[in-house]
Amino acid sequence: MATKNTHQKRKKTQELRPISLTINGRPFELAQGSRLGEVEAFHTLSHTLRETLGLTGTKISCDNGACGACTVIMQGKPVLSCKILTVECDGKSITTIEGLRNQETGELDPLQQAFIDYTAFQCGFCTPGIIMTARALLNENPYPTEDEIKEALSGNFCRCISQYQVIKAVKSVSDDALAVSRGGYQPAGGK
Amino acid sequence: MGNNYRYIGRQSPRRDASDIVTGATQYLDDLKFQNLLYGKVLRSPYAHALIKDIDKSKAEKLPGVQAVLTWKDLPDYRGGTPRNVRILDKKVRYVGDAVALVAATTQEIAEEAISLIAVEYEVLPAVFDIDEALRPGAPAVYDEYPDNILPGGTIIYGPNCLKGVVRGDVDKGFAEADVITEGTFGYENIPNAMPPESVAAVAQWEEPNKVTVWGTTQAPYMDKVTLFHVFNRQLDIRTIGPQCGGGFGTKIMCWQVQSYAVVLSKATRRPVKVVFTKEEHLASFVLRVGSRINARVGMKKDGTLTAIKGTWYVDTGYYSFTTQAQVAVGSGELMIMAQCPNWDLKNIIVATNRNASGSTRGFGGQELKCSFIPLLCLAMEKAGLDPFEVLKKNFVKPGGGYYWRDGNWFNYRGIDFSQAMDKGAETFGWKDKWKGWLKASAVNGSKRRGIGVGVHGNADVGEDAAEAYVQLGYNGTATIFLCVAEHGTGQKSNYAKMAAEVLQIPPENISMTPADSLVTPFEFGPVGSRGTYAIGSAVINAAEDAKRKLLEFAAPKLNVSPEELDTADGVVFVKDNPEKTMKWRAMGNDRTILGYGRFEPDFTMCNCMMTFVEVEVDTETGKVDLVHVVNATDVGQVIDPQGLEGQLNGCFGSAGIDSAIFEETIIDHRTGHIVNANMIDYKWRTFSDLPRVDHVVLETPFPTHRFHAIGVGEVATSPGPSAVLMAVSNAVGKWLYEYPVTPNRILKALGRIDPNVSNRSNGEGR
Repeated sequence: MATKNTHQKRKKTQELRPISLTINGRPFELAQGSRLGEVEAFHTLSHTLRETLGLTGTKISCDNGACGACTVIMQGKPVLSCKILTVECDGKSITTIEGLRNQETGELDPLQQAFIDYTAFQCGFCTPGIIMTARALLNENPYPTEDEIKEALSGNFCRCISQYQVIKAVKSVSDDALAVSRGGYQPAGGK
Repeated sequence: MGNNYRYIGRQSPRRDASDIVTGATQYLDDLKFQNLLYGKVLRSPYAHALIKDIDKSKAEKLPGVQAVLTWKDLPDYRGGTPRNVRILDKKVRYVGDAVALVAATTQEIAEEAISLIAVEYEVLPAVFDIDEALRPGAPAVYDEYPDNILPGGTIIYGPNCLKGVVRGDVDKGFAEADVITEGTFGYENIPNAMPPESVAAVAQWEEPNKVTVWGTTQAPYMDKVTLFHVFNRQLDIRTIGPQCGGGFGTKIMCWQVQSYAVVLSKATRRPVKVVFTKEEHLASFVLRVGSRINARVGMKKDGTLTAIKGTWYVDTGYYSFTTQAQVAVGSGELMIMAQCPNWDLKNIIVATNRNASGSTRGFGGQELKCSFIPLLCLAMEKAGLDPFEVLKKNFVKPGGGYYWRDGNWFNYRGIDFSQAMDKGAETFGWKDKWKGWLKASAVNGSKRRGIGVGVHGNADVGEDAAEAYVQLGYNGTATIFLCVAEHGTGQKSNYAKMAAEVLQIPPENISMTPADSLVTPFEFGPVGSRGTYAIGSAVINAAEDAKRKLLEFAAPKLNVSPEELDTADGVVFVKDNPEKTMKWRAMGNDRTILGYGRFEPDFTMCNCMMTFVEVEVDTETGKVDLVHVVNATDVGQVIDPQGLEGQLNGCFGSAGIDSAIFEETIIDHRTGHIVNANMIDYKWRTFSDLPRVDHVVLETPFPTHRFHAIGVGEVATSPGPSAVLMAVSNAVGKWLYEYPVTPNRILKALGRIDPNVSNRSNGEGR
């Protein structure tokens, strides 16, 4: 954890300016300080998302950059929110699992729907991180090969071994997108 | 296999699917509590030491600290089997043992307080494995057990708990044998099931003697039972199990972290949450048991087993809670796969100064078989027999039987799994690829391929009592009252399907209570393989009971007897005259129709999994790659196809097949520290390293379960590890006996590196 023995070392934070973040399309200004709801210098982004903002869809497993469970999308890239300090995120735009569905209509992202259709999870604890990593991949590369999917997700731990079903789900979204781009059928879910 | 079920066997989204993919699912650490305090544990840096003095005064003065507890502050609360493990003790028995507990207003303050506690230790010599622990004059982990041997048997399995297998006449059996082999083989790399969600608990104390405990648990009702005994049967305990982020058997028992939360909440009168860091999880929560067998096997030329005699050594680490139970079940599981008339298999449970072992998927049987099958391989080689044929021949069949955990003999009345095994062999191409013992199935330059096969069966499909209620709603709905926390198997969705099938209403119309011991009847938990048959039957019985009461209520209104009625889609109808109906609504909103279902344990059934593996060994580097895996099973009736697929794919992870290839917990024998207690150094299979996997799933109806199904997910991990050892031995043409088959071990076997060079810098080559 990035939080050890920092209690006595806290600086006077009154003069520190607030941190501006856009999370799931909504702007946030977070004051720096040690009171409840404020951001301390040692707070990780995963801590701020979960504890300060209540966005508990982002999971913490290893808390040390090894498992990918805490993955969110920042400035279009998948990042490990347990390895980033919130104070480093000033001015950044972040999408979490809660922000993936259409924020106006509530409609699920096709990737989320595909995970449901293929039961691409078991215990589900790693699933938000896996979905965010896969979403970032598809944003960048809408038609990845199976090897590209595996490579992109190689930092995401899944102990139940849902990897095979995850790959099917991600491919189905890509296949549907490809069909649409070629003027083919309109996809109806993931199958 | 065709059937007319509306819901059973048909693919449908998991009930919790939408919440899981949107991040809305609440696991323990996602729950919010008013006024919450954070608990932390001070852990021992020594493997074995007496606490001479603890000064907690500095920690107590730190602003925000609400409680600091040491062994001096706690009554004699104990867990374990036997009940000899205090929540905090004046002696520490492994690196990571709890020394003190702190509750504070923030996580950071709690951590800082931990660092302010001064402890004076008197370090004692320690024992880290079976050999060291059993050496005459070895340091004793417990004063009560000077020889480091823990008593066998567990009271929960009754007074005659299976402590070994004695049957027939082994001398006669060996005299009848054509081949006899003997030796010592082990599965001692104590892999970690490593679920992603760490172990944690929240406790809320309520005066004078009530406490509510939220846990990361596979068995929320059993938490209540376990804690009741730990706290000297004086507490009124309510346990709640939210969604569980994986358990793989380990989270059947989280009594320590729960006890920490309870005593801290009692001390502070506030809710306290204790979450183990991943490092604590890996170094201070349960591992697989270490297993070693010294035994002798007799076999006839046709593969018939004639005698098994020996001793099973079980390294349980610094204490056991479920180990005696695992020994009982594991011994029975060996009998299921090795039908043999003559047995004398003893066991010894050994305490060592390392992190405790406990329940993990495979529950003793995986560990025992991973030790036993290499010995069996030598006999099969000597007799020139194909291992697939021998394993198939010796697996229990109708007419066979076994001793089970309560010490009783059970005649098996399940199905013959031979057909599933044959189909698995066919899918894998076993007959074509099998070239004989220590012969590669293919060679391409320095790459050599080999094949292996393993088998596992478990009669815990019907273990322990289960209870459920089903309440009918007047709007054509129902509610299942059941103490099951979803931990990844999808069983909660399956129970809804089973009730839906009985009541003939859509599963979407069925609600389920949270797993809350205040609300639901008793349930042991979906552990082992009991989820489908035991728990499923309780739900089915409750639904049947509710349906019976509904029909009895409707009969006078329709002027017929209840036997003439049936129900579907919220409507009761006369079977011979479907026009004559009564809507469930007629029961009114002021009436409760509540069905009660109970399942009584039944040990006459078992499941079966046979796993075939093909490996490729790079003889230059010693690296082993899994090329192809086929799992073959017969489940009676599929409940949910995709859920089953996921469970079977699970054969690699959670200390399964990969425990033969790269997974191991590495203990530094000089210090007792686990050197890979983190997710970087503890190796796990990634997305970029997935072998081809196929599953053969037959559906031969079982005579028991209402829908003829049997649970199988648990045992997916169990047959694979010994199959890998067999496959690698065949690939390289040399016997490999140790798990995992690291490059060093391969290269040593091939004579490419000095056999005297230690595999690691620590214990090996001791």
